[in-house]
Amino acid sequence: MSELDAFRTEVREWLEANCPAEMREPVRDEGDVCWGGRDWVFKNDAQKQWLEACVAKGYTVPDWPKPYGGAGLTPEQTKVLKQEMKRIHARSPLDSFGIWMLGPALLQFGTEEQKVEYLNPIARGEIRWCQGYSEPGSGSDLVSLQTFGEDKGDHWVVNGSKIWTSYADKADWIFCLVRTDKANKYQGITFMLFDMASKGVTTRPILLISGNSPFCETFFDDVEVPKTQFIGEINRGWDVAKYLLGHEREMISGGGAGGDMVSIGGAFAKAFGKNAAGELDDPILRAEMAAFDVDVFAYRAMGERFMDMWKTGRAHPASSNMMKYVGTELNKRRHELVMSGGGSEALEWDSEETKGGARARGWLRTKANSIEGGTSEVMLNVIAKRILDLPGA
Amino acid sequence: MPLYHNDDQAMLKDSVAPFVAEQAPVSHLRKLRDSADATGFSRALWTQFTEMGLPGMLVPEEHGGLGMGHMEAGIVLEEIGRNLTPSPFLSTSVGAVAALARAGGTQAGRWLPAIASGEAIVALAIDEGAKHRPDRIASTATRAGNGFRLDGKKSFVLHGHVADISIVAAKTDGGITLFAVPKDAKGLTADPRRLVDSSLASHVTFDGVEVDADAVIGEVDAGQDILDALLAATRTGAAAEMVGVGQGAMDMTVNYLKERKQFGKLIGEFQGLQHRAAHLYGEMEVARATVMKAQQLLDEGSEGAKLMVSVAKAKAGRAANLAVREGLQMHGGIGMTDEYDIGFYMKRDRALAEYMGDVHYHIDQVARMNGY
Repeated sequence: MSELDAFRTEVREWLEANCPAEMREPVRDEGDVCWGGRDWVFKNDAQKQWLEACVAKGYTVPDWPKPYGGAGLTPEQTKVLKQEMKRIHARSPLDSFGIWMLGPALLQFGTEEQKVEYLNPIARGEIRWCQGYSEPGSGSDLVSLQTFGEDKGDHWVVNGSKIWTSYADKADWIFCLVRTDKANKYQGITFMLFDMASKGVTTRPILLISGNSPFCETFFDDVEVPKTQFIGEINRGWDVAKYLLGHEREMISGGGAGGDMVSIGGAFAKAFGKNAAGELDDPILRAEMAAFDVDVFAYRAMGERFMDMWKTGRAHPASSNMMKYVGTELNKRRHELVMSGGGSEALEWDSEETKGGARARGWLRTKANSIEGGTSEVMLNVIAKRILDLPGA
Repeated sequence: MPLYHNDDQAMLKDSVAPFVAEQAPVSHLRKLRDSADATGFSRALWTQFTEMGLPGMLVPEEHGGLGMGHMEAGIVLEEIGRNLTPSPFLSTSVGAVAALARAGGTQAGRWLPAIASGEAIVALAIDEGAKHRPDRIASTATRAGNGFRLDGKKSFVLHGHVADISIVAAKTDGGITLFAVPKDAKGLTADPRRLVDSSLASHVTFDGVEVDADAVIGEVDAGQDILDALLAATRTGAAAEMVGVGQGAMDMTVNYLKERKQFGKLIGEFQGLQHRAAHLYGEMEVARATVMKAQQLLDEGSEGAKLMVSVAKAKAGRAANLAVREGLQMHGGIGMTDEYDIGFYMKRDRALAEYMGDVHYHIDQVARMNGY
């Protein structure tokens, strides 16, 4: 038996012993997703037990080094763990922007002290982070951001506002792009870390077309940030931000949109009924769903290849932009078909039978997929410039 | 197994890519076409293929081949696609080998070594009408004397007029049976037609063709499984070749965007074209990954292979078609000229897209395999 096979056996046994049955059920609503943090209230004992088991084993962040709360797994081992979790339909023990975004940035740019100090609480689900990037006047043109940190010797005084801060109202800390040099556009931004409980921080949820408010506006009014709380170098935060955006695109493309999609036609055939020939009882919708399924299965193969190459340094550094573009456009298409398949039932906004208009709200939510984390148009610009090397792009 | 080429596969690519590009670039196809070549490919080139061991790549070692997999064959096919190289590789070295190796027995023992040594060219006689409908085979094989009598018509038989044998799918009493029919069999007529991409595909008529009992590939009535192996291999191979065609067209087009000036600018500076080129890049990457996944599953003998093969044929078909259409449009007027190569890519793509089931056929298969 190869070492990897032995590892698979070990993982399988561990999961069997440690993943509670409730945690192998599909995620039904937002409360089933464990985000952790100071104020986190576990939905049930199983959720708590599952997180604690994974924390003890380093499996909330399996590929992080052990001193930072990970399990120190190789890319191949990490893939095996994910496959085995998927096999038993295990839920993710912990979702967080700390794991997906800040962690990779700290691993790349942080000092040893910072890694120990910040990564362990992320791995244990103790501190919930949010991301302060976009501003009301700085969307796609992110580098034009205006939130300013005035140098006061041992600390900065930060003033300004951020927008589209996911779950800012529930987060404990923020990683935030702050201008520290007004004369230098690209080399005048610092990547700061600070406590959302700091004096002068306020948040206001934004009501979206879906009727939900996952995003906030975040205001900074003379917020004091110690000059030890930044990653990388002062005024070189754009390098960190760019690196992190790559990871955000990887996350959105790899897991968020398409990675786990199943056959849409297969799902509707159960709900919808079939004709005498055993085909979905609407030939044009069937054809569209089947064409979509081809793209879904194809994108799953792409996701596998992308991750295999990304984790081993074989991928083009800009290829996450392609993944993000293809994956998010696919997810939007999926939800258009979900609405078509659902007919007038899917239009219901708050009925109990539709779980509070889950389909309609979900459909509207996906429209942001190709806007957040870099619009599809920006992704295409980056591909044109950095991968295809087209002139003047 | 990771979804990228390992070191051995990368080495194979490094030797095959320059070989095909040097020996059989698009000008090679143009020369064959302009000389109204009656064979459909260059035998001299096939000899060179043989010197590199390529015809027997998929042939098991005990039959004199290299015992490689679909991932490796795909590397060769992608280069064949990129250079639009006319070659019997797909039908002979991929489709026929998959069928014979699956069946084993007399015909495998006879023809697999001959394929590996480059001596035998094999054609696949499956389709019977303008569209690929392998589940509605009407050609019949009836028992006669010591063997069978074949009647029926086949179409889109690539290399059918020059192949040493054709693998013929016919209906027998209890199912489908595959036969190895030699080209000089009495009552067999191959009528080669020149296709849009300059290749030659025959309408083959079987008018009471008598074959011995040992012409059966595998067992009588048990040909469906062998036919499935043939179809899966050939479809995956065609998809790999289409990735090469699409990539070749895309590379040519992206280069053109960097050279052609209008309104005092390189046309590649225009965002209207940049976004379309970038979108195409994404589609080609997805198609490539999908084809590799199908190859990997076939090589593993996985149950999921059948679904992924149809996904690959459909996805590669869509992506390569986009590549050649965008390629022609972005080249502007020059793309419409026979002198320029981009039109050759469009023609080849069209023929490959139709071969062994078009996009629509395979989308429908994906629906069926998912229970709707």
